[in-house]
Amino acid sequence: MGLKWAFAGLAAAGLWAGTAAAQDIVIPNIIELSGGGATVGAMWKNGSSMAVEEINAAGGILGRKIKLEFVDTASDPGKARAAMQRALDDKPVAVFGPIYSGSVSATLKMTAEAEVPQIMGGEAGPLTAQGSKYIFRTSFGQNVSMPKIANYLRDGIKAKSVAVVFVNNDFGKGGRDAIVKELGARDIKVVADVSTEAGQADFAADVIKVKGANADAVFVYLNEEESARFLREAKKQGLNKPLIGETTLLGQKVIELAGDAANGVKGHVGLTVDAPVPAIQEFGRKYEAKYKSKPDHNGVKGYIAPYMIKAAAEKAGKLDGKAIAAALHGLTITPDKVPGILIEATWDESGEIDRISFLGEVKDGKQVITETLPKLKK
Amino acid sequence: MRTFLIALALLVVLALVPADLTGLGLPYPGLKRYGTYILTLWLVTAIAAMGVNLIVGYAGQETLAQAAFVGIGAYLTAIAGKHGVPFGISFAASGLLTFVIGIALGFPALRVQKHYLAFVTLAFSVLCWLVFRNETAITGGVMGLRDIERPILFGLKLRNAQTFYWFVLAITAVMTFVLWWIVQSPWGRAFTALRENPLRAESLGVDVRLYTLLAFALGCAYGGMAGSLYAPLVEFIDPSPFALGPSLLFMLMVVIGGSGTFAGPFVGAGVAVLLPEWLRAWETWYLLIYAALVMIMMALFPGGIVGLARVSVRKRQP
Amino acid sequence: MTDLLQLLIAGLATGAIYALAAIGFTLLWQTSQTINFAQGEFVMVPAFFALIAMKLGIPYVAALVVAILMSMLLLGAAFRYAVVGPLLNRGVLPLVISTIALGIILKESVKDIYSAEAQVFPTLLPDRNVTLLPGVTISLAQIGVLVVALITIGGLQWFLAGTRTGRQMQATAQNPTVARILGVPVERMILYTFLINAGLAAMASILVSPIYLAKFSNGETLGLIAFVAAIVGGFNQVRGAIAGGLLVGVLDNLAAAYVSTAYRQAIPLILLVLVILFRPQGLLGRKEERAV
Repeated sequence: MGLKWAFAGLAAAGLWAGTAAAQDIVIPNIIELSGGGATVGAMWKNGSSMAVEEINAAGGILGRKIKLEFVDTASDPGKARAAMQRALDDKPVAVFGPIYSGSVSATLKMTAEAEVPQIMGGEAGPLTAQGSKYIFRTSFGQNVSMPKIANYLRDGIKAKSVAVVFVNNDFGKGGRDAIVKELGARDIKVVADVSTEAGQADFAADVIKVKGANADAVFVYLNEEESARFLREAKKQGLNKPLIGETTLLGQKVIELAGDAANGVKGHVGLTVDAPVPAIQEFGRKYEAKYKSKPDHNGVKGYIAPYMIKAAAEKAGKLDGKAIAAALHGLTITPDKVPGILIEATWDESGEIDRISFLGEVKDGKQVITETLPKLKK
Repeated sequence: MRTFLIALALLVVLALVPADLTGLGLPYPGLKRYGTYILTLWLVTAIAAMGVNLIVGYAGQETLAQAAFVGIGAYLTAIAGKHGVPFGISFAASGLLTFVIGIALGFPALRVQKHYLAFVTLAFSVLCWLVFRNETAITGGVMGLRDIERPILFGLKLRNAQTFYWFVLAITAVMTFVLWWIVQSPWGRAFTALRENPLRAESLGVDVRLYTLLAFALGCAYGGMAGSLYAPLVEFIDPSPFALGPSLLFMLMVVIGGSGTFAGPFVGAGVAVLLPEWLRAWETWYLLIYAALVMIMMALFPGGIVGLARVSVRKRQP
Repeated sequence: MTDLLQLLIAGLATGAIYALAAIGFTLLWQTSQTINFAQGEFVMVPAFFALIAMKLGIPYVAALVVAILMSMLLLGAAFRYAVVGPLLNRGVLPLVISTIALGIILKESVKDIYSAEAQVFPTLLPDRNVTLLPGVTISLAQIGVLVVALITIGGLQWFLAGTRTGRQMQATAQNPTVARILGVPVERMILYTFLINAGLAAMASILVSPIYLAKFSNGETLGLIAFVAAIVGGFNQVRGAIAGGLLVGVLDNLAAAYVSTAYRQAIPLILLVLVILFRPQGLLGRKEERAV
């Protein structure tokens, strides 16, 4: 009796082997829907859903419709692993996510073993350096963005010393390690190395530490709301050094949350809705109309993921994970053929993305692009 | 004897659940890798929950640090494994270390009022998490430790999901038996006496504080040993599963299962590990549904699921 | 020296918020043996009541009043009767579990229904800074927090000590059985403490959100800190909770500046352990053990 129930339960939970083949292509999204990464995960979910709707409305991929499935990692790499195992048991064509680098790091061996392309949102440098042929970025890794920041600090700001403020999670710590290495290579001294907590409210002590260090510039690498709180406190205490950031710090969300305090912030922007590219601005408008909030770069990351699969599958001519991964290596997707890719992007053999990026600053509550940096390899 | 037979039958069934029985002519294809993984996770969680049950259900204390003890065992095993220490030694060391820490925490805390052990474990839990996260050179910090090897037993590799499940099942069985033996021993009976009537127990010459301390430390050791199995199961550890929140969840599963009952931790761990899988179709809403079920459960049956089952059995056979 | 002053002021302003949350914590514990693990979420939610009210077109000040009333209704009365009611006298543990689950429900509801993103929360005070000394700046919002929090705490102290109802509440807190014999309407007094707790949480929410933004996950750290503050200060005294809140707020800042930013959370927790070992009744608590 109890046993029968147990088996029925196992079957219901899909733990039992042998499921029916579905008509639609199901792509599982193993993403952060609760816990510390919930904000990021919600953006990704909206972005990828929007892209899939567009693709399906235009006839799908090779005549088949896509269906996204969203699985919560609770921002916990162990749970991400479990969710990934479950997704891979169904032999999907591809998987999306996770977005937190720790969770990507915990799952990338599994997708490589199962030969399923993994389009993920992690930015930690080492993710693409582990020899997986199935991992693909949707944004610059910190190994690409941090050298750009370091160059900007050396050439644009002419800084000899820098204070680094980072959030002590896998996003912030990875970025901090990368920038410290790059600054060292350029003989720029790191005079303060301030670790902050995810969800931290009071930044008074952190700003005092930064002020005391008296650096030529401050590199701020925090999540959205912590960036805003830091900027407000910096303004309050009259911190008058250049505040330099990477993508997040100059993002629309931080500007909205920090108000005046965001003015004057400068830095490198990997992909932004305010980029002087009509396709991206159009994406921003569509997103805002649909979800009543402004997208950030995580929304863009989620949005281009389905288009990457579409372009690669069409190049390979079949919906097969191995073929899609092979097709993505060395593939350049251009917006005139696949408008959803937004700007021309190329993936190399390690899954690293290459595309143009921007230098910008915040003026009068708006992100202004001052310079467009070309692709690394032409 | 009857209990023994039931336990044996249960063990056989559990051993067969993930196996493919079609070769034996039975229409049962077994579990996929994921199913086996979840089942193993359930057992590991249940071991840690048994420890919490000993502390909460038998010794009448509260612990808010079980996940931290699991973390200590997990990190110890993972780091020792990277230096080539055999699993058996790390497993024993995890249990021993967490036992000693349990004594060190419990001894001063139990001198003061009730609930103060809970407060001390709360502080300990967050402090452990900070150490796991900040001491990057040892623990890998937020990036965690990757590629943790599964153990090799007498030359037999336990890399395969099913083999590892059987290995964990065997350990769980032994640890369950040990706990059962303790609870049935005069020592364990003293606890029951203690719970029912502390004053009388004391008058019978039971050294309440010593017994409580040993129960707490043993509960912590179960956490540490569960952690020692968790690391090779997940093959990756980082600080997040060992934070305060997961420690609260251990308390939650023991109370939901039925604290102070022997099967409680298994039921509770099952609810905590398996129920989210059933509710998975609701995406993020599953947490809401899960939490709402817990609240309803508590309001109607504070004795937990096992308590509820007992009540309904008693009603059926007057 | 100016740094130290700056840290102290910022710490006191944040600490005042912790104190508001910690007071409610101790009140619930005293009158109904409720350890509320959803206390942080109780501070997070009212800001969203106000945001929703404003979305419906209610003007700012009225929306704040709505938030406080909604909070007293849902997080006060409904919490008392629907969650705590069935579990009173069933031991501490089932109630603890229930409040953990309630915390998850509140957090996930806000995330799924409102937004996963942080929200700007408006304030009446202009965004301006006051320089007290060269190098020591305080924002008007922080002054507002300190002033309103102190008035609220002062008002509460007056109510508890200076009014008949307040004294009846204290009697209930100290010994419900004796209070009942003396003719105190214990049930009503318990309800009052729940309403006061919800009101204080709503005040904290309204004060903290303009400075630190409103977000579904804000309760996680806040709840833990309020808990720590209540224990450090003394679980059986309102003034203990106030002192605990301010102390933890200041300590957190000093630890980050002078010890280690990575271990800033550790310092209040080490204090907690020391207090338990050497002064278990809390820094300002009374040394008495009640029969539970």
